[in-house]
Amino acid sequence: MTAFPRSKTAIVGAATHGMGRADGFEASDIAAIACIKALTEAGLTLADVDGLFFCHGTDTLGGLSFAQYLGIHPKVFDNNRTGGSVFQSYVEMAAWLLDAGMIDVALISYGSVQASKTGKLVNTLEPMPYEAPYKPIIPISSYALAAARHMYQFGTTKDQLGAVALAARQWAQLNPDAYKRKPLNMQDYKASRIIASPLAVLDCCLVTDGAAAIVMTRADRAKDLVKKPIYVLGAASETSHREIAWMEDMTVTAAVKSGKRAYEAAGVGPNDIDVLQLYDAFTITPILFLEDLGFCAKGEGGAFVENGRIAPGGTLPVNTNGGGLSCVHPGMYGLFEIVEIIRQLRGECGARQIAGAEIGLAHGNGGVLSSQATVILSGS
Amino acid sequence: MSDKDKMGPDAQFKAFLSEGKFMIQHGKESGKAAFFPRTVEPGIGGELVWVEASGRGTVYSTTTIFKKPPMHNYNVAVIELEEGVRMMSRVENIDPTEVKIGMAVTARIITQKGEPVVIFVPGDVT
Repeated sequence: MTAFPRSKTAIVGAATHGMGRADGFEASDIAAIACIKALTEAGLTLADVDGLFFCHGTDTLGGLSFAQYLGIHPKVFDNNRTGGSVFQSYVEMAAWLLDAGMIDVALISYGSVQASKTGKLVNTLEPMPYEAPYKPIIPISSYALAAARHMYQFGTTKDQLGAVALAARQWAQLNPDAYKRKPLNMQDYKASRIIASPLAVLDCCLVTDGAAAIVMTRADRAKDLVKKPIYVLGAASETSHREIAWMEDMTVTAAVKSGKRAYEAAGVGPNDIDVLQLYDAFTITPILFLEDLGFCAKGEGGAFVENGRIAPGGTLPVNTNGGGLSCVHPGMYGLFEIVEIIRQLRGECGARQIAGAEIGLAHGNGGVLSSQATVILSGS
Repeated sequence: MSDKDKMGPDAQFKAFLSEGKFMIQHGKESGKAAFFPRTVEPGIGGELVWVEASGRGTVYSTTTIFKKPPMHNYNVAVIELEEGVRMMSRVENIDPTEVKIGMAVTARIITQKGEPVVIFVPGDVT
């Protein structure tokens, strides 16, 4: 197999819009604004875009609608639906397509207004006939089953799940764009109402509005654009199941494989990563991904997150925007992770900036730990 | 050709349950169990045949869904069958919070909203 086009493509624009609430707007409205912001900061226009990668939260042909909304006729168009990790996979695919010369400028975007429209996570999924009779609450009961298994096998504790929630909130307090910024302590966390044991309300990501967009082009062109290019070192995806009962080992995700291939492509390892975003749909997920991406051994993720290690001032900065738990989570969150890493590597993060961050990792998760995708970016 | 040969795998599974039989599929060549019902063997693509499940299983993971009264809390579990496959189900005849990972359980067919459904009860009571 040909090697991944390491550092041959770069992200040259990144933006968010309508973070938290965007009352009165449609998903495409706020996504379009994010797209124009991202193109503008790159010094590009819609006329330059020949590859569009867009996922609409509820409309299965919403990607086509979005191309129409923007008034563009992309040569390459993707409306993939692997869940929140799809944006990491889009970066991976766009890198290959740009390097092959199939496209010159890729625009990757997402938007949702589910919070202001419905106040809850919009469910567009077909019920699975071998799950539905047991009334699982998808996705939370699926993640609860994975968390329960991790606790059983490795002795992971509720306090350790709480450490993930507290770290996210502490980062959010440093991010003016974050949705939940009130202080959170362990007592508040433990008083949170259980929905599906062991997971409580404060173990779950937010339901917000929000849109994001990034622009990618080949590295040679990126050098001549306005913003400091953020190079794509490596990216890889892997999917392992759809429903949780068919996850081979509920404590080991396909991030083991997506991470391994992304590291190999990038020529770096976990020790080289200065800042990382790990998809925190629920408090258990960063624990799983810290293990599966090689930041600690399998089973040690719970102990790893204790004592503020991933919080501001800790030794490993994780989810510096406040994460899906405290910053933003409009149904699919992966693109917001990538935007945060770009901003960290550009040095734009103000109070939450990781000094000297050069290499960042954004890991996406989709479905119920079903699809995993890892992107490694570099500021040089 | 029986009536079941004209049915898709989901309908066959349900028809067996209606006859009181909890059937799962095995690869005709590999002998490996597969669940949920399919037309081809997962990962292999070979023919599948129906075999009656032993009904014996172990709780692989479990969660209690907490509801506000007057609704009742209930259990959702993933059961590993003796045959080596997993399925989502629930364990009944026990407080949902008392269902533990590793617990031996036995399948029962019940009728829920007019449909046959496989649930489990604690212990090896086949």
